[in-house]
Amino acid sequence: MKRIALLGMPNTGKSTLFNRISGASARVGNWPGITVDLMSAKILMGGHIAELIDLPGIYDLHGFSDDEQVVRHFLANNPVDLVIILLNSSQIDRQLSLVLQIKKLKLPAVLALNMADEAKQTGITIDTESLEKALHMPVMQISAKYGDGLPKALQAATQIINQNHNASNPQAISQLLQEDNQIEHEMEALIQHHVHIPATLSDNTTDKIDKILLHKWLGLPLFFIAMYVLFQFIFTVGKPLQDGLAWALNLLRTEALNPAFATSPTWLSGLMLDGIYNGVATVAAFVPIIVLFFLVMSMVEDSGYLSRAAFLMDALMAKMGLDGRGFVMMLMGFGCNVPALMGTRVMRSRPMRLLTMLVIPFSLCSARLQVFIFIIAALFTAQQAPVILFALYAMSFLTMFITALLFQGQYKNSEPFILELPPYRFPTPRQIVLRGWQEVKHFLVRASKFIIIGVVLVWFMTHFPSNVAPASVGTYAGQIGVLFAPILDPIGINHELAIALIFGFVAKEIVVGALAVIYGLQGDALMVQMATQIDWVQAMSFMLFTLIYTPCLSTIATLKSESRSAAFMWLSIAWSLGLAWIVSFVFYQSARALGF
Amino acid sequence: MQFLSQLKPGQHALISAIEAEESLFHRLSALGFRVGKPLSIMRRANFNGPLHVRLGTTDIILRNIDAARIQVNTL
Repeated sequence: MKRIALLGMPNTGKSTLFNRISGASARVGNWPGITVDLMSAKILMGGHIAELIDLPGIYDLHGFSDDEQVVRHFLANNPVDLVIILLNSSQIDRQLSLVLQIKKLKLPAVLALNMADEAKQTGITIDTESLEKALHMPVMQISAKYGDGLPKALQAATQIINQNHNASNPQAISQLLQEDNQIEHEMEALIQHHVHIPATLSDNTTDKIDKILLHKWLGLPLFFIAMYVLFQFIFTVGKPLQDGLAWALNLLRTEALNPAFATSPTWLSGLMLDGIYNGVATVAAFVPIIVLFFLVMSMVEDSGYLSRAAFLMDALMAKMGLDGRGFVMMLMGFGCNVPALMGTRVMRSRPMRLLTMLVIPFSLCSARLQVFIFIIAALFTAQQAPVILFALYAMSFLTMFITALLFQGQYKNSEPFILELPPYRFPTPRQIVLRGWQEVKHFLVRASKFIIIGVVLVWFMTHFPSNVAPASVGTYAGQIGVLFAPILDPIGINHELAIALIFGFVAKEIVVGALAVIYGLQGDALMVQMATQIDWVQAMSFMLFTLIYTPCLSTIATLKSESRSAAFMWLSIAWSLGLAWIVSFVFYQSARALGF
Repeated sequence: MQFLSQLKPGQHALISAIEAEESLFHRLSALGFRVGKPLSIMRRANFNGPLHVRLGTTDIILRNIDAARIQVNTL
């Protein structure tokens, strides 16, 4: 039987080519001289049955990485009739070295140049005919992905096979590789005598931490306690900062802006102060908490703890048709749903990806968090606050689990779950600050863009037509509120809150700013006013609705582009709106029925 | 002959064969699962959860169903 070896640098499309030639016949096998196994396939070539072997991708035939040694040992122990060398055309200037190294071994070879179209786009042209003459071997342009040029390449290979030369002589090859052999042995001897490499990792710190954090029974409770402590930390540190900033922004208004606009027309001072300034200032007061939130999140992310969470949660996630990575995406969604949705790209099975994307929008993101902190501060005591917030996080998980359980039948999959556990790392302050800053910048850009447009629109709708009282039923906003009343009254959401909800559809960052504009107040005064207008049951119902209904336009756009399916996007919107209404309805009506 | 999925925490073994379709095979080999390599079982998550395996200096978690594709000889 003839033997053909397929050789190339990593990421040249070697595996694609191997699959294309071999079809379904590939199997894994052992070879003399090497300890790893290689993929091979039997193929028919001009009347001969030939065995095609997929060698590991290497950069240098004379290198000393594991894969490079494997290729060398394979050639020095197994006779070969032909080597098919695959290069990436656009990197031919760097990759040609491999061809010359094979030529030095006097192995019969065919050179296939992959991704010729890509090279053409960058202006690279290869004169294959003259290159063929210079190299004394057939040179062909092919596309491993689409199969272009493949028949011609196989024909050239068949011709060489049919010439019935003797197969390569492993001993001769071994002679030619002698220098590398010597270096290998020398390396081994030096390592053996002068370096001690433990058979297993002796990094005891990671082991000791894992013993506790991955403990059979303690692991999960510890994980949730750790999350709770982190959130407590964010608010204990963040709240005074937030109060201070709010006070400063209020002072700026009363001391500087009010006098400055004293002489301008009422509509202008209204738009600038009650509209833009109130709205933006109310949102801006949350920036310290958001900054802290992202700093802590990026610290957890870099620490290696998230893949441990995947390990602990996988058994539970499997029952819902998801896996441990899905749980990590949910946690990432606590920062922002958009990157979490993009993160699902690591999943290869489409059904699992879609199911994960369907649950992520229920993740309580930082923009929703800001709405909740505001409303909780207005209607609940400082003692109740953490409990209410924790309940909302629990609800966020609950809605994700319910969604996955209900839809897992539609998205069946058998994606393997294999993940590396990195050692625990304490991220450097630089890393934390850098990552945190990236997130914050992103948040600010998004927020400022949406908030200013949003609050101006809200101001306009709550102040026009100008012959009625601001924010009353007569205004455009009031009319919209009346329009939605049949749907929103049963869940305790009044006209003012309804407007905020509608704008929250675009981005949750607008909600608090919109409330400031609707009530024409800012900071503490706004909170006091809201407490007199709605009770805690209404507030809770509003928060539940805000938590569950569609996160924001960016998330919807991402859902569509990542799933490449408008139907899937609409399914997600309809399901989240429906679920939000049902949950709020059940909560509001049962609380009222119980006499609250 | 045993499968990786049958091992208990604390056991050591050598990989003797990997029977997986191409994509899974490549994934496993990229993480260091190769014939002849020694490994040890660190722990198993509750409720029939994933296995925590140590291969040389790399720690890997994988589900039982995927571990059942890897044949091992215990040491």
